[in-house]
Amino acid sequence: MIPEIGHFALILTLFVALAQGGITLAGAARGNATWIGFARPAARAQFSLVAISFVLLMWSFIVKDFSVSYVAVNSNSQLPWFYRMAAVWGGHEGSLLLWLLMQTGWAYAVSLFSRQLPDVMVARVLGVLGLVTAGFLLFVLLTSNPFERLVPAPMEGMDLNPLLQDVGLIFHPPLLYMGYVGFSVVFAFAIAALLAGQLDSAWARWSRPWATAAWLFLTLGIALGSWWAYYELGWGGWWFWDPVENSSFVPWLVGTALIHSLAVTEKRASFKNWTVLLAISTFALSLLGAFLVRSGVLTSVHAFATDPRRGVFLLMLFAVVVGSSLLLFAIRAPKVGLGGRFELFSRESLLLVNNVLLAVAAGAVLLGTLYPLFIDALGMGKISVGPPYFNLVFVPLMVPALLLIAVGPVANWKRAKLRDVLKQLNLPLFVAVVAGVGVPFLYGRWSALVALGIALAAWIATAVVMGIFKRMRATRSGLLAQPRSWMGMHIAHLGMAVFVVGVTLVMGYETEQDIRMAPGQTVTAAGYELTFRGVRSELGANYAAQVGDIVLSRDGRQLRLMHPEKRNYFFSEMPMTEVAIDANGLRHLYVALGEPLADGAWSVRVHYKPFIDWIWIGCILMALGGLLAISDRRYRLKRREKRTAVIAQEAKA
Amino acid sequence: MNRLWLTLISVLIALPSWANNDPAEVRLQGIAAELRCLVCQNESIAASRADLAVDLRQQIREQIQAGKTDSEIRTYMVERYGDFVLYRPPLKTTTVLLWFGPLLLLVFGLLILAITLKRRRSALADKVLSADDLERAQALLGQIKDPGKQP
Repeated sequence: MIPEIGHFALILTLFVALAQGGITLAGAARGNATWIGFARPAARAQFSLVAISFVLLMWSFIVKDFSVSYVAVNSNSQLPWFYRMAAVWGGHEGSLLLWLLMQTGWAYAVSLFSRQLPDVMVARVLGVLGLVTAGFLLFVLLTSNPFERLVPAPMEGMDLNPLLQDVGLIFHPPLLYMGYVGFSVVFAFAIAALLAGQLDSAWARWSRPWATAAWLFLTLGIALGSWWAYYELGWGGWWFWDPVENSSFVPWLVGTALIHSLAVTEKRASFKNWTVLLAISTFALSLLGAFLVRSGVLTSVHAFATDPRRGVFLLMLFAVVVGSSLLLFAIRAPKVGLGGRFELFSRESLLLVNNVLLAVAAGAVLLGTLYPLFIDALGMGKISVGPPYFNLVFVPLMVPALLLIAVGPVANWKRAKLRDVLKQLNLPLFVAVVAGVGVPFLYGRWSALVALGIALAAWIATAVVMGIFKRMRATRSGLLAQPRSWMGMHIAHLGMAVFVVGVTLVMGYETEQDIRMAPGQTVTAAGYELTFRGVRSELGANYAAQVGDIVLSRDGRQLRLMHPEKRNYFFSEMPMTEVAIDANGLRHLYVALGEPLADGAWSVRVHYKPFIDWIWIGCILMALGGLLAISDRRYRLKRREKRTAVIAQEAKA
Repeated sequence: MNRLWLTLISVLIALPSWANNDPAEVRLQGIAAELRCLVCQNESIAASRADLAVDLRQQIREQIQAGKTDSEIRTYMVERYGDFVLYRPPLKTTTVLLWFGPLLLLVFGLLILAITLKRRRSALADKVLSADDLERAQALLGQIKDPGKQP
């Protein structure tokens, strides 16, 4: 009964979403206030209904209702309760339900935080979001119903994929989806503005916090995914250029371009067409990512052909969304004005170059991801496009983009003077050269790439710190008195510098040993000694583990015990590696158990990863910058002012 | 902030430099990292723990000891498993677009950028404010009281 209620709630949501899309868009077109007024309650209703259905699916997991096919496939009676709850989004159907929850949640948030917007605009935005929700609901109901029953019900579930039994599962998909789906709000704002023929600074100002919010979730989601893969897969890599990763990274790149372009549109009313196009593309690429991941096309073109319903539906949804919005864009774009004028050398131009670089980088990653699929589909053979290709193509595109990070904020809007800009960049240049030359020497092994990476990071970091000091001196106020969106920008840029340091040093100086270790044997890595004591058996909740005991010491002084594990889950054939990591912020020592060999010896992998934490700390700083930017009082003051204005008006009437 | 960097640098000095012990193993890693493990989802031979990968690593090791060059070892792998085994796809007629696509995109993007900026300049240069526009602008300027004004 419970699953049926969940299913029924989804069907109801579909009708509300369709009605919202139809009624509010028509109301906005005709200026009918009653129809326009339907937008907010409808958004609330959709969110409540999907939340009910989500909670009911979770309930089925909690009470172990294996008569629900999705529950039976993705959980098991011995699975701990928190993983049973997270298992709701551990498979295809449930992750789409999570997607829907987020989709309607964002729409509900728009209805709550849009009091300062004209009602017609809100109606249009929510109408577009309603149609997007309806598209996904149709997808869920027609091809991927999570509430489908199994007759007869099995006694026991098949268990959640052991790879997913980790805290990573609890947080990674929700964050990532918040990002993906968040861009649908920006998309809806763009479509609404196109429909109204009102592309102006106000529109950019309304979209900006939403774009930044979506971007920061996507940033965190990707970073968490990277961290999860790093310690869960057991071979020490943090980014694989895997198609699944790329399909989240491409929207991130375009989304990064979007938040920069939105800044120009808000401040200078320029690039309006380009910003709209980016808003549409970011969401379209999120959809494409969903298609790639969810259709099975990535594992093999033939896997897609065996059950094409899901893939074809998503592809159609993608075509409808992209086709209709580009058509609308083509009709409206020529009427959009050029906006404020600016010289060839100005902050506007620099941001445009940054946009071109980011867009080209996104295009290159997309090309590398889709190319093998096309070659295979055309019957021209099978090829692999992997890290060597992506690094070769991506890094040269990012170097100028990183250089520009320091230049953009010191260049004036409208017209910048090259001499002034260069004067401000003297110190960053000096620090960059010193650090770039010095750091590889200190590490004892010269590498041009390390020098370049460190120089770029030092260049950015120095420019950020200088920019903050200069402004504090100029305004004679403290750090906390500065505008939050401005601070946010600098924190995010600093995050980029930290990220670059991490990537550079890990790639330049990481070491790896894959060795046979007998009990009592010692191996050294980066000046540390690791002594293997042996392996013992242990029993977990739903797995049996082989736990290794390794003593970490330095210069004969024992530091700690490390316990890498090898787990065999009862309901799955796949053995899992649980690595042991000793971290101190400046390096990781990473130990993973391999296979048992003769006489109690094991194959063991020992990695030394300098500064790897900085990769994720950098991402967190970027997200923190985004958070600061959203919390800028600019966005709140407007609202309060407007509200008092409305109250004053009502009082007068 | 120089002091900041000095601190960082001295921290770096404290870290011991440590070179990988065996040049043959380094070569092995280099080759294996660019070869795909054919039975895995999407992992290199260097990363995978599958039997095939372990076996192939051993084969590469033996070939290095036999004095073969990196490219000879790679050719051997391609002969056995096809281009699919290479993570760095070879430049062929079917992959020309893959290798030169990003460059084309960049040239195309920069070209569009240059044209747009040029057009914009001429379009804006032609526009002179009319008396009406000026009056309206003055009126609007009078109204603006932007509390969150940014530099």
